[in-house]
Amino acid sequence: MIIAKAEPRGVFDVEQIRTDFPILGRPVRGRPLVYLDSTASAQKPQSVIDAESRIYATEYANIHRGLYYLSERATERYEAARRTVQGFLNAKHSHEVIFTRNTTESINLVAATYGRRLLQPGDEIVITGLEHHSNIVPWQLLREERGVVIKVAPVNDDGDVPLDAITGLFTARTKLVAVAHISNVLGTILPVAEIIQAAHAAGARVLIDGAQAVMHLPVDVQALDADFYAFSGHKLYGPTGVGVLYGKEELLNAMPPYQGGGDMIRTVTFEKSSWAPLPQKFEAGTPAIAQVPALAAAIDYVTALGLDRIARHENDLLAYATEQLTAVPGLRVIGTAPHKAAVISFSLDCAHPHDIAQVLDNAGVAIRAGHHCAQPLMERFGVPATARASFGLYNNRADVDALVAAVRKVQELFGQ
Amino acid sequence: MSDDLRDLYQEVILDHGRHPRNRRMIEDANHHARGENPLCGDKLIVFLKVNADGVIEDVSFEGQGCAISTASASLMTEVLVGKTEKQAEELFANFHALATGGEAEPSDELEDEMDRLSVLAGVRDYPVRVKCATLAWHTLVAALKDEQKVTTE
Repeated sequence: MIIAKAEPRGVFDVEQIRTDFPILGRPVRGRPLVYLDSTASAQKPQSVIDAESRIYATEYANIHRGLYYLSERATERYEAARRTVQGFLNAKHSHEVIFTRNTTESINLVAATYGRRLLQPGDEIVITGLEHHSNIVPWQLLREERGVVIKVAPVNDDGDVPLDAITGLFTARTKLVAVAHISNVLGTILPVAEIIQAAHAAGARVLIDGAQAVMHLPVDVQALDADFYAFSGHKLYGPTGVGVLYGKEELLNAMPPYQGGGDMIRTVTFEKSSWAPLPQKFEAGTPAIAQVPALAAAIDYVTALGLDRIARHENDLLAYATEQLTAVPGLRVIGTAPHKAAVISFSLDCAHPHDIAQVLDNAGVAIRAGHHCAQPLMERFGVPATARASFGLYNNRADVDALVAAVRKVQELFGQ
Repeated sequence: MSDDLRDLYQEVILDHGRHPRNRRMIEDANHHARGENPLCGDKLIVFLKVNADGVIEDVSFEGQGCAISTASASLMTEVLVGKTEKQAEELFANFHALATGGEAEPSDELEDEMDRLSVLAGVRDYPVRVKCATLAWHTLVAALKDEQKVTTE
């Protein structure tokens, strides 16, 4: 099934869009909120907040089993959301969409099922040097249990991982390539289509960690030919507590269940149980009944705005912010790959990232400082931590100006 | 600059953050420990030279960190020289109370030292920064107990 994505018309009116996000109207430390940490978690539009509360207020019951009106309604909402995600990713089947808690759980699911059942000792998993801990540690746990080998494609000085740095690691034992679509620290966009094509030619499967990608650019899992694609709802302007694992039908069918429990079985006897078909096989227990439809509302929201237009808006902000920040003496931008999403990691020669974030917070500017769950990447660039400003669809040039003004305050305080 | 920020980053802290005292290695240290704050990536080593009477003859640190953790380590090394291990532990307990919003109740002989350390009391309003201020002190206690490594998380 191909779902046409109509290009919305009209200008991208960020000031109008900002009114959709109630939290942007509240002051923080006596100043208007300048929220530049959407990479960690994005704020929610009213339509998402309403979607979640509407379920609780009017249509809430447990799903899939109840033989009564409310349960049927809640089940419909939940399964309709699955079809919304299917359309969003352009998956072939809706049962290829598995609801999880978040990207982390999606990756752990693959490691614990595909990894344990279908990988052998000595099989190689290729990752890159810019991965989030959630795309490193599950494979290390698998290595301890199954004796698989982890190979890491190096990051270059721009913060890029060129295709040949990845394909150069491929051997006859390479069975899985697990890479971020976009780096949460550097904003680097990896060439996932080419990576997938090369991996398939080498006989390997590919998992894409799309946690930082789905809100920045359109994703078509069939066009990419991705084997697995993972993302979280809360970074996509949706609720916390719900994530997605897309997997190709034949792979999901070949994998054992992840967790055992209710909803994921066909029959249970004390001697033996059999599993429910996809997608229930991977959705044991009561899921995020109210949050899954709210994720669909978030997808509807970004789809109505248009991911292409969102990307253009964010790229404009990225260019403006990069220009303004690099004009600040003593400021180093970490991550200068040619293809970047709207994420800027930086350091100042006069102040530690922690102090930068503190002074910015005092000015109402929320950024992240730390290792961003990517300690190996910090080591690669020889820094203990970075300050990171990240931009979402609701950020505007005034936010960038507030950031730069606050960074100059940091210099006033700590310079000399 | 708002007053809140000035309370946190007092001149003494900025000065010690920029120009930390005793940031060096002690070649003949008889105690040392590593401290780490995984949250912000700060790492430091505290070196101690304690004589047979239990008196701290020299104390220093190495490492990079934020202004708060560097200033705290620097001030700590200044107040500790000439103190006994027991006094060092009393200072730690009082400093910990100061940083976490409790009441510091130093004995008379340590009042001056506590006065010097009180510039760091501003961290009590910033829960995340308490760990920055106390990292050097936790590392000191670990060094005195000959524990090799300590983390504030």
